[in-house]
Amino acid sequence: MATITIDNLTKVYGTHAAVNHINLKVNDGEFISLLGPSGCGKTTTLRMLAGFISPDDGRILVDEKVVSSAQKTIPPEKRNMSMIFQSYAIWPHKTVFENVAFGLQLRKVSKEDLRRRVSRALDVVKLGKMADRYPSQLSGGQQQRVALARAVVIEPQILLMDEPLSNLDASLREEMRVELRRLHDEIGITTVYVTHDQSEALVTSDRVVVMYDGSIQQAGSPEEIYERPSTEFVARFIGRCNTLPGTLSANGQVDVSGLHIAANSRAEGVGPGHDVILSVRPHSIVMDADPARAEYPNSFAGKVQTQVYLGEYRDYIVRLDNSDLELTVVTQPTAHYSVGDVVYLTLPPEACRVVPRSSRIKAELEQIVTAMTSES
Amino acid sequence: MAQELSKTIGLPKAKKPENELRGGRDFSALFWVLMVGILLILIGLPMYWLVFRSFSLPNEGGFTLKNYANVFSNPRYLEAVKNSLLLATGAAVLSVGIGVPMAWAVARTNMPLRGLMRILLLVAFTTPPFLGGVAWVLLAGPNSGELNKWFISLTGAEKGPFNVYSLVGAIFVVGIYSYPYTFLMVSSALDFVSSELEDAATVLGAGTFRTTFRITLPLVLPSIISGFLLSFLEALSLFGSPTLLLIPARTSIITTEMWQSFQYPANVEQASAFALPLLVLTGFLLWVQRRLLAKRNYTTLTGKGGQKRPIDLGLWKWAFLGFCVFVLMLSLGLPFFILLRASLSKAWGRPFEFTNATLQWYDDVLFKEPTTALSIQNSLLYSAGAATLAMILGIAIAYIVNRQLIRGWRILSFIVLIPLVIPGIVIAIGIFSAYSHPPFALYGTGAILIVAYTTRFLPMSFSNSNDIFKSVNPELELAARNLGSTQLATVRRITVPLVKRGLVGGWLLVFILAMRELSCAILLYSTNTQVMPTVLFEMVNEGSFERVAALGVVMLAIIFLVVGLAYRLLGRDFMLDKRT
Repeated sequence: MATITIDNLTKVYGTHAAVNHINLKVNDGEFISLLGPSGCGKTTTLRMLAGFISPDDGRILVDEKVVSSAQKTIPPEKRNMSMIFQSYAIWPHKTVFENVAFGLQLRKVSKEDLRRRVSRALDVVKLGKMADRYPSQLSGGQQQRVALARAVVIEPQILLMDEPLSNLDASLREEMRVELRRLHDEIGITTVYVTHDQSEALVTSDRVVVMYDGSIQQAGSPEEIYERPSTEFVARFIGRCNTLPGTLSANGQVDVSGLHIAANSRAEGVGPGHDVILSVRPHSIVMDADPARAEYPNSFAGKVQTQVYLGEYRDYIVRLDNSDLELTVVTQPTAHYSVGDVVYLTLPPEACRVVPRSSRIKAELEQIVTAMTSES
Repeated sequence: MAQELSKTIGLPKAKKPENELRGGRDFSALFWVLMVGILLILIGLPMYWLVFRSFSLPNEGGFTLKNYANVFSNPRYLEAVKNSLLLATGAAVLSVGIGVPMAWAVARTNMPLRGLMRILLLVAFTTPPFLGGVAWVLLAGPNSGELNKWFISLTGAEKGPFNVYSLVGAIFVVGIYSYPYTFLMVSSALDFVSSELEDAATVLGAGTFRTTFRITLPLVLPSIISGFLLSFLEALSLFGSPTLLLIPARTSIITTEMWQSFQYPANVEQASAFALPLLVLTGFLLWVQRRLLAKRNYTTLTGKGGQKRPIDLGLWKWAFLGFCVFVLMLSLGLPFFILLRASLSKAWGRPFEFTNATLQWYDDVLFKEPTTALSIQNSLLYSAGAATLAMILGIAIAYIVNRQLIRGWRILSFIVLIPLVIPGIVIAIGIFSAYSHPPFALYGTGAILIVAYTTRFLPMSFSNSNDIFKSVNPELELAARNLGSTQLATVRRITVPLVKRGLVGGWLLVFILAMRELSCAILLYSTNTQVMPTVLFEMVNEGSFERVAALGVVMLAIIFLVVGLAYRLLGRDFMLDKRT
């Protein structure tokens, strides 16, 4: 029904650019998520889409029509978009039915029509029997569904969601994200979904837009984002990753403090002589006690530093010989090595990807990523 | 895709146009501007006229400093200032002396009947001080006062010891109606002090009373001083009961002097020049009080989460209960008793027995006498009108400030609180000047009283709405906006219904305050726009105390009815807003 074009969009607070010249195109019926740590500009972008905030520069177009620009912002009530809020924003003084009916009342829909559309929407979210209840009598998950029904019943051109699942407990969250995707497949509204939870973004979205510090780091399918990150931030932020700083040499190998590691895949914009990051996922690394492994390409000897048993898998930290590099390795739970064991690691070149080294301050980045990963 | 959606939601495709948003233009912005405009006129106009006339020559106009020179040199005015300061200091000391022990006993100890004490205190707080003054004339008038009569019959002395017509008498009467300020400030601060802070002292070997004096009370010292300042301010700007008691004593005070400048021959210019220095003083004191409260942070650090255990007073609890009951007897029990009795007696000075009993006075004030009957009607009408206007304006301004809708919202939140520092009679002087000629020639109509009440109580309606809006998650409004509701419609359909209860409470609060307001009305009423307080004031001067008592009882009945309603709606904290 609608495409969204974000063109050079910028929002400045004081001297800080909360959203910094971003460009994005959302296709008709697409489900995209804006993913990033808090303060990355995703919520500001969403609120500009909704019309709650005016941009300082750039434009937002829905289909061919400019809805936001520095000169003119169409107010939220004239946009025919719906938004689902982090707090659900269910009005406690209205029943479930009245909550859902509100948008239709504003559109002066006839009585019978309204009744039918509301009860249909409530059926879709499985709340048909709760119509006369007040929100305080509903569970968190049910309130979430009311918000959903209220948002879709007006048949918006675009559905916006602002961390809609973050107030639910873990198991319900997993259930609801599948549910959201199912609902989207059913009604196919163009959807923009804001979250800081990567698994939410990966499960629900056609495309994931990773944001950091006001700009878009990468936009791509979940597979692309995970397997072919294009910046250091994306590599660190999505999933767990070993990120080894080094220099790209002319032969395509990365010189990581004296170790030469071959990598088959390269992000755009990196070339010989650049400061780069070599990223490799812990579960892609092959670990073996057999010295024969040392003969494979990209193989190095090391010592097990720590070992953690997590039931479904084991986590090792291995320090490579003759260097101070430490790699995180994930293995089957059956592969058991003790601290101090000598092991051989292979970093398969096809699992190694070279991305540009971030110019941002390292410590800050590390902090954010640690916080994010420990949260999810 | 639209079809799929239609299938799910069940909308026939043909009906699509219905989905378009309709409705006329969005007047939200216009409405906010209008509200700000009204606010600026309401507060700016009287202030402007007050300052302007204070620098004008009476009846001639032209710039002069003579009025001010007169204020600072005329011994009569200096005497009035001295007496006012004495009165205010005395009343504030009394207020702290009564309010602090009561607050401690009610908030922190196991004294019996604590809940009842809170309720009775609220009743005392809402009693118009002027009626209290009338009751104390009946109780402790020099010759025929009831307490003097009891004393004489008990001791056989020739003369009773009590004389309420004196500065001491006035201090006493003002003090026993202002201690609730201290009580409310201190008890709400005590609610935030966790028992653990006291336990820490007890563990180190301090006894209950030592802990109280060394730890608890110092912790709430800012609110004690705050209570002192509020009582001081209140006494300084009070008109009714000091005038009633001090004119016979030939002791002049500031508010009385101002009122007399309005008697024939009126000298509004002089009154204005007298009012402005007072305003500077009250403004300063209130600023000090706010500063103190803003710094109170250290008591709230522990938050409400801290466990609170009532302190076991042992046998002392009966002593504290006795004290509370005694104070409430003075401010509630005896005055009500004497008013009720006088209103039911043919002649209040004679003993109360069957032959002396009558309902005639109620019949008089309610039905027979057009003046009193009209004043009841007027009071209800004007108070309701002012409460409604003040709430609409207060809600709008609070909303603008809370959601930061316009530039300069910070200044707005300051302007709206200005009337707090202006004594009622000073507001009345400004309003008299502002609305006695075109384009707002309201003098002599009921409208001027409504405007005056609205201006005076706007800070209360604002703070009330402000607190309420703070508690509403803005997302609830954004949700409505994005479903197609304009800003104004969102406030009307979502925000206001959400906080209805609190807003009704605010309305009732302003209504009560307007019902009992005398100092503002006394300069602005005319024959047809009498309200209950002004009629009471006139009738006292005529000496018909039985009628005064009857009308007073009617007024109290109305007020308590409304207080009861507000109490049920909001619980005991609703009066806290009054001046904080």
